[in-house]
Amino acid sequence: MTTITEIAILVLAAFVGFEVISKVPNTLHTPLMSGTNAIHGIVLLGGLLLMHEATGLLEHVLLVIAVIFGTINIIGGFFVTDRMLGMFKRKPELPPSGEREGQKK
Amino acid sequence: MTTGVIFATSFVQRANFIDALYIVAFSLFIYGMSGLTGPRTAVPGNKIAAVGMFIAVVATLLTPHVLHGSSTPWLIALGLVLGTAVGIPAARNVKMTAMPQMVALFNGVGGGAVALIAWVEYRHAFVGVGVHTHLYPEKVMIPSLFAAIVGSISFWGSSIAFGKLQEILPGRPMKLPGQAQSVLNTLLLVVCAGSAVVLAAGTHSQALFILGILVAGAALGLAMVLPIGGADMPVVISLLNAFTGLSAAATGIALNNTAMIVAGMIVGASGTILTNLMAVAMNRSVPAIVAGGFGGEVAAPAGGPALDRGPVRATSAQDVAIQLYYARQVVIAPGYGMAVAQAQHAVRELEKALEEKGVTVKYAIHPVAGRMPGHMNVLLAEADVPYDLLKEMDEINPEFSRTDVTLVIGANDVTNPAAKNDASSPIYGMPILEVDSSGSVIVLKRSMASGFAGIDNPLFYEPKTAMLFGDAKHSVSEITSEVHAL
Repeated sequence: MTTITEIAILVLAAFVGFEVISKVPNTLHTPLMSGTNAIHGIVLLGGLLLMHEATGLLEHVLLVIAVIFGTINIIGGFFVTDRMLGMFKRKPELPPSGEREGQKK
Repeated sequence: MTTGVIFATSFVQRANFIDALYIVAFSLFIYGMSGLTGPRTAVPGNKIAAVGMFIAVVATLLTPHVLHGSSTPWLIALGLVLGTAVGIPAARNVKMTAMPQMVALFNGVGGGAVALIAWVEYRHAFVGVGVHTHLYPEKVMIPSLFAAIVGSISFWGSSIAFGKLQEILPGRPMKLPGQAQSVLNTLLLVVCAGSAVVLAAGTHSQALFILGILVAGAALGLAMVLPIGGADMPVVISLLNAFTGLSAAATGIALNNTAMIVAGMIVGASGTILTNLMAVAMNRSVPAIVAGGFGGEVAAPAGGPALDRGPVRATSAQDVAIQLYYARQVVIAPGYGMAVAQAQHAVRELEKALEEKGVTVKYAIHPVAGRMPGHMNVLLAEADVPYDLLKEMDEINPEFSRTDVTLVIGANDVTNPAAKNDASSPIYGMPILEVDSSGSVIVLKRSMASGFAGIDNPLFYEPKTAMLFGDAKHSVSEITSEVHAL
């Protein structure tokens, strides 16, 4: 892929990011931060992609640590977010208060 | 038979197929993330994003050459297994009160991974092996150097944020005197940028400079977060979260990986917006937070303990119970003290006891009560408090004048009237819960210690305020049994 295509993707992704977050109730700030936090665990892919190119002990050690870190970021991030959101889910069923969009039928 | 297998293998390893999987993965990230913005769609949204991540990892492992080499699959497996072995128990066992620092920690390791990957990537930019074309080393070099600096800042900054929230480090701003702090920060930034330019202009690998960049980034991360007070930590974590996202996107450019570019950038962009939303909720600006500690100019906390404000009135659980019993409307304003004492279930019991006696009970939720926006909602939801009893600040503030008793449970700065009427207060202008306009106020607190922002609270000295000292959970349970006895 050309550099310019990648930069185009980068710019479009930025707008998607802005757009998605523009309306969030305060209540969900923390889970949202935690969820996006898990998504940047995508750096794990970098560790996976480079491992076979690594030469020497130093690079291998660095990349194994990077893979460990990335995995912690992903697994821990999604798990913690799910636990946080689970707190909301367990509340008794309420009549829809109407202020937020309903579930899909 | 064998040809079939070979065909299948070569099919799943086609570049187009892998790219298609990446597109599926990042679509799921975006879809999942937009789910996270609504209360009903949040739980499935998070799971959808996790599925996207799984697909991205599988696609990467299917990429040709990724598992080449005798040790490669084992090293990858080792990393994945160890990471899972650390991540799951950490996420599973953390208390809800410790959530903010856990997020800081997970963010930090992400930043650390970026920095390490950038380091290796930099070393490879000059070596004639691997997938890079090497026709344009700067395409690898520039994003990698950016990722190294920002990842390092994020790792060390998050570690400090963790330390402050975990109370390993003092929550107070730790700052060099006078202008020295901003001079140091600027200097470190210049060192980072300067080394990066030297490296990018260079024609061969310079191992020392890349280490210099990582160390300078680390120092910048420390120097940036140490001077920031504990109360601003949520905003800082959100900012560092955005940083890690941006550095992940940069790594994606260096590695030609669309999934990394898109995922990193949406986190970078949404994290920036979220940071701003949080700062606005606290009436703070992001540059002001980054520029220095909360109330850094005020040597002693404004109107500090030295100022005699008159006596505080202490009360007993029995008196509180009687006051609550004869009230028509009671508002409960929880804060970090409730979280620390794990008092949310006790609070729910008290609420039920009062409702049985015909008292209307509502909860006043300040957007930044606790250590994170939404912290109180999570805790109270855990205790099964009905969602419609939780009133956000704008909704509850007009109600206080119609409220007989307000019960402040371990909240301090978010109820501090100095934010409204003392222009010299460091938190002046921050929107607060106007508890002081209710009939009377009862403050449950461990001691007279000031809140996280280190500012004295004039509310405690008002004639209509009574203090009930002690552990919040214990005090609330005591009040509940007194209410039952009435």
